[in-house]
Amino acid sequence: MQLPPALHARLAGAPGSAEPLPVERDPAARTAPFRFAPRPVRFPREHDFFEEGDVQRHLYLQDVLTQVGGAPERPRVPEFTCQVAGCCQVFDALEDYEHHYHTLHRNVCSFCKRAFPSGHLLDTHILEWHDSLFQILAERQDMYQCLVEGCTEKFRTSRDRKEHLVMRHLYPVDFRFDKPRKSRGPVMPGAAEQVLAEAPGDDGVPSEVDAMEVCSEHVEPPPAPAGERRAYSHRIPSTICFGQGASRGFKRAKKRNKHQ
Amino acid sequence: MWSRQRGRLKPLCCGVEELRCRRREREAALRKARREQQLVSKRLLRDEALEEAEEGCVAMIFGEAEIQQFLRLAQRGTEEKEREGALVSLRRGLQRPETQQTFIRLEGSIRTLVGLLTSNQALLQLEAARCLHELSHSEQSAVVEACLPATSYLLTYLSGHSSDFIELCLYTLGNLIVESEAVRRQLLPQGIVPALAACIQSPHLTVLEALGYALSQLLQAKEAPEKIIPSASTDSSVLGSTLPQHMLQLLQPGPKLNLGVAVEFAWCLHYIICSQVNNALLITQGALSTLGLLLLDLAGAVQRTEDAGLELLACPVFRCLSNLLTEAAAEAVGGQLQLRDERVVAALFILLQFLLQKQPSLLPEGLWLLNNLTANSPSFCTSLLSLDLIEPLLHLLSVSNVVLTVLCNVAEKGPAYCQRLWPGPLLSSLLDTLAFSDTEVVGQSLELLQLLFLYQPGAAQAFLQQSGLQALQRHEEVAQLQDRVHALQQTALHG
Repeated sequence: MQLPPALHARLAGAPGSAEPLPVERDPAARTAPFRFAPRPVRFPREHDFFEEGDVQRHLYLQDVLTQVGGAPERPRVPEFTCQVAGCCQVFDALEDYEHHYHTLHRNVCSFCKRAFPSGHLLDTHILEWHDSLFQILAERQDMYQCLVEGCTEKFRTSRDRKEHLVMRHLYPVDFRFDKPRKSRGPVMPGAAEQVLAEAPGDDGVPSEVDAMEVCSEHVEPPPAPAGERRAYSHRIPSTICFGQGASRGFKRAKKRNKHQ
Repeated sequence: MWSRQRGRLKPLCCGVEELRCRRREREAALRKARREQQLVSKRLLRDEALEEAEEGCVAMIFGEAEIQQFLRLAQRGTEEKEREGALVSLRRGLQRPETQQTFIRLEGSIRTLVGLLTSNQALLQLEAARCLHELSHSEQSAVVEACLPATSYLLTYLSGHSSDFIELCLYTLGNLIVESEAVRRQLLPQGIVPALAACIQSPHLTVLEALGYALSQLLQAKEAPEKIIPSASTDSSVLGSTLPQHMLQLLQPGPKLNLGVAVEFAWCLHYIICSQVNNALLITQGALSTLGLLLLDLAGAVQRTEDAGLELLACPVFRCLSNLLTEAAAEAVGGQLQLRDERVVAALFILLQFLLQKQPSLLPEGLWLLNNLTANSPSFCTSLLSLDLIEPLLHLLSVSNVVLTVLCNVAEKGPAYCQRLWPGPLLSSLLDTLAFSDTEVVGQSLELLQLLFLYQPGAAQAFLQQSGLQALQRHEEVAQLQDRVHALQQTALHG
């Protein structure tokens, strides 16, 4: 198919068009037996007309998806250490470091050093845990915001919110990022009871965790006298290893340095 | 400029002929599935033969004891590398359906995996996500549904910042979405639509492409026109979210336009538009304008590069534009420059020429757009004439009789138009089409002839001189054609 040479130039040219020719219809045009009438055509979703294009689309998807999921080849670099204070994780690939940084150092609460998967959860945490005004207001109005992006519901208590998450949003009852703060004392930074992997014989099910966060395992626990630790033992330790089937809380205090 | 992101196609070990054969088989399978309306199915998502060829070493089947060991090591190992290695081994094993079955039946296995997914150890998280991804690919519903406890976390992580991880979560979600309406009935209340709407603001191209894929699967779901697209449906509505605006932004031509990303969102837009839920809304958001500009850009790109894949974008763009043009709202914004800009017609023809060489099976879609552009537009009909496109158009007569429809669109606008159609190759082309046995084609030719006889003095005469009457004669007995044949014979002979 030969296109007029000027066409490509026209495409590159300015918008606009020639003045449309005058339209002048003769009524005899659409008289029987002739019936042509111009009309734009519309095709719905499942129409057979789309078969060809759909097939091409899925061939493409097959190629794409077949490549997804395997660990991609990562260019290796000389080993380097995470530069964040207190973190001694070592990496030999930039992408690994990126994920580490975002998981552990990006959305970190400046009060208690807990890390969160997203800015949204961090903001909620700061509000609910470190904002004294929040506590005051919460006594009189619904302050606990639903955690689901886009849901504007607010609740009187953390428990009510959890119920909403479970009933309305079908969230798991033990959703890791919605643990209530146990208010048995001020939440203070620094106290670090590092509870590591659980002792053998446990059933592998993590017990109720008080924290609504992901911990920074590699932060060394600051030294604290044993007595102090006991006093904090009911609260949430600021750095808890998380999600490894370890049981949390003071019950395991005795065993906590097992794998240190 | 068009930046093609990383080439996804790795070199394969089979020969070219084998590849072609394999591709034909895949096409046939897809065609069959399409006819049965089963195109969005797990089985068809990956090309299994391709995968096996690439694997090299086939994954082993692991039993319960081995799986337990891997999990224990991943959870409680002391050495990081050891823990990661255990998960990598597990992941490889999970490529086998047998291992998948064993895994999901093992008590606490999913729970442990979810625990690792939400752990503080970044690399373990990644590997755990890859394991989930493997499971999500399974054809067995039980295996896929075993992933359901992880979905709230996958959605939570979409608001994170680690692009590789998010990409993986998105592809996993995409697979889960395809699985069944039951799965979607969990994902929707969990807020998948707002999560995607937040995630679409990511600057990472890989994330955007994955998101487009997941969203396209969601929009293809059977219940999408009722339950997922409309703005009336509570929090799970696509049209009620900011997704359409962002999609259109990502389709804006310019230096940031990326082919892989654009393809996904063009298809998303197509699924929304052809569901015909609220296209007027899309038009007010500038869909026609954006798509028109994209069409121009596409035509430019086609001239510049040998890039494979531009037809993958042309197809949904044609569809979106064509369907939108049928909306009443389109008439209202018809004043927009794009809809009178003759460059649109120029672009379309450049693309038609491209398709003729690259993917002729998509030509009917391009011609459909041409019909919708010209049907009620004196402006575009004039453009066809002033840009000298009638002859190239005639070249496509053998492809589709929409060509005749388009010519009728032009001719029916009156003498000023028919004058410009005459003389020229039109008459001989018509005489050719009259020789076809296809009643549709002949019928359209008769309509066009009538318009020419009516508006162009001398046309009937020329027709007679070229043995037109004989050409008409062979259709005198055909039911759908006879009336028109006789009328034309009368007109030709008696004026």
